[in-house]
Amino acid sequence: MIINKNELAGFLDRLRAGYQVYAPVKEKDYTVFKEIGSGEEATLDYCNSKIPPKGILFPQTEKLFSYSCGPDGARVEEHIDDRKKVIFGLRPCDAKSLVLLDNVFNNDKYQDPYYLTRRENTTLIGLGCNHPAQTCFCTSLGGGPFDTAGLDALLVDTGDKYVVEVLSDKGKALFSGLALPAAGDAERTAAAAVKEAATVDCLVNLNGLKEKLDVNFYDPIWDGLHEKCLGCAACTYTCPTCHCFDIVDDAVDADGCRVRNWDACMFPIFTLHGSGHNPRPTGKERFRQRVMHKFKYFVDNFNAMACVGCGRCIKNCPVNLDIRNVLAEIQGSEARSDK
Amino acid sequence: MRNPYLPLPMKLVKNFTETDDKLIHTFTLEFLSEADEASFKYTPGQFAELCVFGKGEAPFGIASSPTEPGHLKFSVAKVGVVSTALHLMEEGTIVGVRGPLGNSFPIEDFKGKNLVIIGGGFAFTTLRALTAYILNPANRGDFGKLTVIYGARTPGLLLYKEELAEWEKRDDIELVCTIDRPAEGWNGRVGFVPAVTKEVAPSADNAYAVICGPPVMIKFTMPELEALGFPPERIIMSLENRMKCGIGMCGRCNVGNKYVCKDGPVFTRAELNQLPNEY
Repeated sequence: MIINKNELAGFLDRLRAGYQVYAPVKEKDYTVFKEIGSGEEATLDYCNSKIPPKGILFPQTEKLFSYSCGPDGARVEEHIDDRKKVIFGLRPCDAKSLVLLDNVFNNDKYQDPYYLTRRENTTLIGLGCNHPAQTCFCTSLGGGPFDTAGLDALLVDTGDKYVVEVLSDKGKALFSGLALPAAGDAERTAAAAVKEAATVDCLVNLNGLKEKLDVNFYDPIWDGLHEKCLGCAACTYTCPTCHCFDIVDDAVDADGCRVRNWDACMFPIFTLHGSGHNPRPTGKERFRQRVMHKFKYFVDNFNAMACVGCGRCIKNCPVNLDIRNVLAEIQGSEARSDK
Repeated sequence: MRNPYLPLPMKLVKNFTETDDKLIHTFTLEFLSEADEASFKYTPGQFAELCVFGKGEAPFGIASSPTEPGHLKFSVAKVGVVSTALHLMEEGTIVGVRGPLGNSFPIEDFKGKNLVIIGGGFAFTTLRALTAYILNPANRGDFGKLTVIYGARTPGLLLYKEELAEWEKRDDIELVCTIDRPAEGWNGRVGFVPAVTKEVAPSADNAYAVICGPPVMIKFTMPELEALGFPPERIIMSLENRMKCGIGMCGRCNVGNKYVCKDGPVFTRAELNQLPNEY
């Protein structure tokens, strides 16, 4: 199938009849994913969004349930969002991040109904990357500019049109009623050529990294690695795989709601005990936690690194603390295991 | 899909000031229906999120034993927003409970074994649950000799004083209570828990040790347990870390690749030796 670029807005409007459509939208000098009210609002002329689209499934702030409590009992009303959604034009790295997050919200003992219900009702239509950025390193993590992990369909930009590859039943269901023109040989050849031409220049050596992290928790290397870090959490805020959250009540007396908000392991109060004791008291422990969680603990638990190489943490760090350099330093060190 | 975030409403039937500094209260909560009670099957060592509607929720070890039907008990120190609201709460108020959460003491492994339970201060809550569970006539025969060593700074800071007095009279439990310094009216033992453990010298033969208390007590009792011959696999500990979700997702209570909420809070010392010291 193909979508002609000049027909894209009309196509999105037709999708809007059956789905909430989320697409990249220009805002100030950056791009974000938003629910569009018209196909005209979307732009696929973008590198990647400033904030990852994970927030569509796991909102930055979300009401879990409302309650009102009286002398005889409590009325609790849960807010599960089961509306059909499409995330249109997301990059393959961000689609892969959702596959990683599935592990978190559906663990060996518990299921998170908020995330999982949205996930089940959301169709992911990716847009391959013709021109990956300098900060991209997806191929080092098993991804790629046209990787299809997690996607229900993939668009390939061939100049004046997008060639659509349908990848799943959800994708099939979405495109079935839309009667798009079929792709011919010329279009298929053009798509293959675009895929061939796209390259990710940056390679990060991750071979043996996990084995180093397995033993270097007490290594003095951590004393230096974090020193530049301000603890601002821009990295976790823009990371597509970070998922830490806080739960708070928003209420007047005993009527209100329970809300969850994104949180970050880079903040000191994240782990602060009521007693005043803090298991991760300084920037060193918190920085180590972030690296360890992504490149060791997540591997231990889910057999995959919790990084997709999107490069957002590199672009947005106010002090240019580049995770690629951090990993290279760890790789270059002699990991020591003594306490 | 069961929603693990929803609290079960329960009635606060007793708000009891447990210690003479008034900082620990024990709350007795009653289930509102038999169906609710049937949905809450727990084992000693587990915890639950107690929620004050309008304030928030916080995790606490369950101090009652499943052998005591109809209610749950929690002993809570007044520290933050939720615990303070609980302390001020009138009897009869509805609160929320989410759980049971976490693993539990390895009761099955304990069967046929002698048990040495060591507690300090207000960390005695889930140890009280375990002791009450073992002392239940239906269960007592499943376990060997039971030794409980419990220390507090002063007599007034011991939890569950009436119950301790009853245990004192029984011959199927060796209870040793101790306080830090001599105090008027106290005829029991005086001394820190590590030293008392050394004096009492419970045998490690065919025995498990379960220890909960302040870090400094744990630190100095460990060498005593080692000297008595308890291997790390038979020393059971329970961790507390700051928690929110209680179901292994929100990411704050982890110690290495384990979540205290989902994979703990109960760990053997051998397991903790494999984990970083972030607790």
